[in-house]
Amino acid sequence: MNVGVLALQGDVREHVEALCDLGVSAKVVKLPRDLEDLHGLILPGGESTTIGKLMVIYDLVEPIRERILAGKMAAWGTCAGMILLSKDVGTHDQPLLGVMDTCIQRNAFGSQVDSFEAEVPIQAIGDAPFPAVFIRAPVVESIGPDVKVLGRLPSNGWIVAIQQETMFATSFHPEIVKDRRLHQHFLTLCALVGA
Amino acid sequence: MEKGTWLVKTGMAQMLKGGVIMDVVTPEQARIAEDAGAVAVMALERVPADIRAQGGVARMSDPELVTQIKNAVTIPVMAKCRIGHFVEAQVLEALGIDYIDESEVLTPADEEHHIDKDAFTIPFVCGARDLGEALRRIGEGAAMIRTKGEAGTGNVVEAVRHIRAVGGAIRRLQTMRSEELMAQAKELGAPHSLVVEVAERGALPVVNFSAGGIATPADAALMMQLGCDGNFVGSGIFKSEDPAIRAAAIVKATTHYQDPEIVAEVSRGLGEPMSGLDVRSMPSEELLAPRGW
Repeated sequence: MNVGVLALQGDVREHVEALCDLGVSAKVVKLPRDLEDLHGLILPGGESTTIGKLMVIYDLVEPIRERILAGKMAAWGTCAGMILLSKDVGTHDQPLLGVMDTCIQRNAFGSQVDSFEAEVPIQAIGDAPFPAVFIRAPVVESIGPDVKVLGRLPSNGWIVAIQQETMFATSFHPEIVKDRRLHQHFLTLCALVGA
Repeated sequence: MEKGTWLVKTGMAQMLKGGVIMDVVTPEQARIAEDAGAVAVMALERVPADIRAQGGVARMSDPELVTQIKNAVTIPVMAKCRIGHFVEAQVLEALGIDYIDESEVLTPADEEHHIDKDAFTIPFVCGARDLGEALRRIGEGAAMIRTKGEAGTGNVVEAVRHIRAVGGAIRRLQTMRSEELMAQAKELGAPHSLVVEVAERGALPVVNFSAGGIATPADAALMMQLGCDGNFVGSGIFKSEDPAIRAAAIVKATTHYQDPEIVAEVSRGLGEPMSGLDVRSMPSEELLAPRGW
């Protein structure tokens, strides 16, 4: 199975190491040619405006969109990646892939002093809650009919993990903790695409 | 919900990796930086080249300016406080910015003590010239390091010296037997636990950016190939002939640092870089990097 991590900016190495823990050697994606044969692509944490602009400059937006929409490639966005997968980020004018039927609010909790850790229950990966780290995190404001809610923040019920077919997004950063269950979950989506 | 944890502070720096943090002195410059693809901006009243030229005591920026810059962009905003000036740090934290740089570019407020950074919710980045200095700052709670270089010179030589010093010292630690690490901790003047951690990981426990002299896309790619996680660019952008184009080129070179064809392409026709200073011809009292310890 071929899994890539979009490596224009952000915490690429952490995702590569997480996949390595699960026995998958990830491909680093910087140019359109790197997308060939991928069954899954992770859009990492980082600055969504920076990653979006670089995706436009290096002609990555259409090839990534096409592979995802044709069902050839699963996708997972963490934090900035969740923003990039969404259709709508309100008034912000920034490049997006626009493949998930969701409206996202950026920096929903405020600036860095309001970033936090919290346990998030996600039934799809088992009973134990997931140790989630939220860093200047976005939240999901609204979802279309095909989008499933996988996890909500217990304190206020805000949606922080979603899935639409083989597209998956989290407001938080599973790549910077030791728990590998969400990376394992993504690999099962990649396997569905590869089958 | 737990705020200000080590994971939240160091994680924030991890999200900046592979990016460029740009010094800006007005909201307009902040927007130019964001449009060029900066991952964050450093809000300042004067860039280091002007601090150097004008002399006098350099202090924290006016909170009004910091707030205006914060309101102008969606990317993270950083600001500098003087070394040891924990009240300037308290003020910056109260402004709700994202990261504080306890910086030798400003005139130090305390020549013996740096700030106890663990006491804050907001994360700090600190400068370092070598591994011992980096680990002392991490020991005080710095969640990100930048190798100092020599700010405001447009000359990359000190930035190279400092990242080579850090990288070389880490590689030497990896060759040592466990009982040698305490002697090494003594020599480095660094906490033993951090020395052991670095020896095991073969890397600093926090993200490390370059700083102090990066003026061209090739400089930015050089620092990345030498092992930095990203670049701070201060005077190098807004002291050049065409800041918007140079800023975008340095962003692209930082992403594609291993691809010489792309670095060549983005280096074409950028106009004049900042003029630059020969560090060797400067009197030692004008050097900023030796501030702090």
